[in-house]
Amino acid sequence: MHLSIRTEKGATIISVDATRIDAAVAIRFKDLMRDAAEGRSGRIILDLGRVDFIDSSGLGAIVAAMKQLEKGQKLELAALNSNVDKVFRLTRMDTVFPIHDSLGSAVAGHAH
Amino acid sequence: MRTDTGTGLPEQALQRHTKDIRLTFPSSPLSVRRALQTIIADLQELEIEERGSVELVLAEVLNNVVEHAYGAEERGWISLECASQPDGLHFRIRDEGRPMPKDTPPMGAPAPLPEQREHLPEGGFGWFLIRDLSRDVQYRRLDEMNELTFRINIDATPKAN
Repeated sequence: MHLSIRTEKGATIISVDATRIDAAVAIRFKDLMRDAAEGRSGRIILDLGRVDFIDSSGLGAIVAAMKQLEKGQKLELAALNSNVDKVFRLTRMDTVFPIHDSLGSAVAGHAH
Repeated sequence: MRTDTGTGLPEQALQRHTKDIRLTFPSSPLSVRRALQTIIADLQELEIEERGSVELVLAEVLNNVVEHAYGAEERGWISLECASQPDGLHFRIRDEGRPMPKDTPPMGAPAPLPEQREHLPEGGFGWFLIRDLSRDVQYRRLDEMNELTFRINIDATPKAN
């Protein structure tokens, strides 16, 4: 599990360089997210384009990552594949996070 | 309770799901991950949506065994059986860990999400997802063993050529 971080048009983009956010990596993911977000302000876009599987532990870790944000930071999600999107819809967490179809639309600032 | 699975499957079910699956593996998050990848590789005939549901339900059930039946301090074995039948995939998961509280699997009813983000739950979705995506969930405590059985609907219609 590795996260790559860059800035584009004032937004921080955190890309998950892994195909799974599951019980085996949930705690590490949460810690990496804390480090990645530290000291940044404004929109933080989590790019899930490479992730093809997430379980409830991974979902909980993304919720935890949002709850540990500093003041002035906002977490948004982008490029969810169908299986990942399903977990957010079933648990209604899709009502909690702004979700963008693609990284491009996320950077442009339009949530679906 | 269940007929022997190796024989007598209807021809139609066999066309899409050519073999039944049996796996035994140690109780750890990485073993669960490897087991899921093995099973999913064996179910390539399924639609991607169905395969996603199977992987998610199995992940939740198996993670529960690792985290609750055995817990982080305890080592043990988990066995998984999958049998293809006309009404879907039938699964049986067994372990030798602690029994479920009150010998009953949780209902997994969804709680309303709170308005404030600091009150959002970080867990408790597992049984909700299992109940939502599977059918006929049954739990039994057999001597020193837990047995969970359930079924996942799949479209058994053979694909047109």
